Amino acid sequence: MEKERHVLVIFPHPDDEAFGVSGTIATHVQNGTPVTYACLTLGEMGRNMGNPPFTNRENLPKIRKEELKAAAAALGIQDLRMLGYRDKTVEFEDDEKLANAMLSIINEVNPSLIITFYPGYSVHPDHDATGAAVVRAVEKLPAAARPKLHCVAFSNNCVEELGEADIVHNISAVADKKLAAIQAHRSQTEQMFGDVTEKLKNQDPQMMVWINNERFWTYKFKN
Amino acid sequence: MEPIKDYLQVQEAINRYVNQDVYIHLETTNGAYASHHDQTFFSAGAYIRNAQVRYEIGKITGTDPYRVGLKINLGWIYAEGLTHFEVDEQNRLLLAGHDNKGKLAVALEISPTPFE
Ligand SMILES: [Zn+2]
Repeated sequence: MEKERHVLVIFPHPDDEAFGVSGTIATHVQNGTPVTYACLTLGEMGRNMGNPPFTNRENLPKIRKEELKAAAAALGIQDLRMLGYRDKTVEFEDDEKLANAMLSIINEVNPSLIITFYPGYSVHPDHDATGAAVVRAVEKLPAAARPKLHCVAFSNNCVEELGEADIVHNISAVADKKLAAIQAHRSQTEQMFGDVTEKLKNQDPQMMVWINNERFWTYKFKN
Repeated sequence: MEPIKDYLQVQEAINRYVNQDVYIHLETTNGAYASHHDQTFFSAGAYIRNAQVRYEIGKITGTDPYRVGLKINLGWIYAEGLTHFEVDEQNRLLLAGHDNKGKLAVALEISPTPFE
């Protein structure tokens, strides 16, 4: 993995980093690169309440906030920012204001690499809106001054339309940290986690590929 | 939250707020990933937070899952599929419908003060 000056990760939900990016984050941290994680919402609209329920609509964000902090700590992220937007409303914010909010973080942090969602190929409206805001923010910078932009995509049509990911990080060296981050988001991952640990124990080949490889598409700017 | 076993407990909680200003959270959802996992699935939902209303009648009906309707100043609010409830430390009546995997499908909440 190329050594970066500073990595800025921008996602809308507390667990968005867990499965697709946390190994990459842990690797950068291990390389001594500062990582800033800006998380727009607290995942207030999460649906997992448990059976029997372990929480309710009003307390879920408090739980997810603590989980986010724990995941960041597990990955060694020192600069975690919770931006105070609300789950499932990001796309309804003022586009220009949102882009400017992203730009002010970019200008402050001055990252050499930004990681976010690929707008249009990330399934959840908050993912697409966040990615789009980051793209608009970076486009405000002169082309020569722009950081690299690596996007996560997972819509059903992403490979068909974007081609295969141009960046694949094998993160097996930090798989333990990745699993710790996934586990930290207990309210979201515990149900599936039993299954995951079992498959890891058995070195399930499909699972190993899925956990150990993180895929990104470099965003191609039109101008 | 607890399963609604004795609907009268919920009815009492609803009665507490009759004819006073209350704040409503109402939501229905299939989740943002429903159509991603099953492309034939038509996903729909609605959400309102902190609508200020007054109701003159509030009623819980049905047998598990339950329905709750509120007759408000100029109209109605209702929710169906409710399975669980709680009166929290802020005296808010939280009602929710969870599917058999514990996923929230509907929520109706009534509060004397605005939600965060
Ligand atoms: Zn997300």
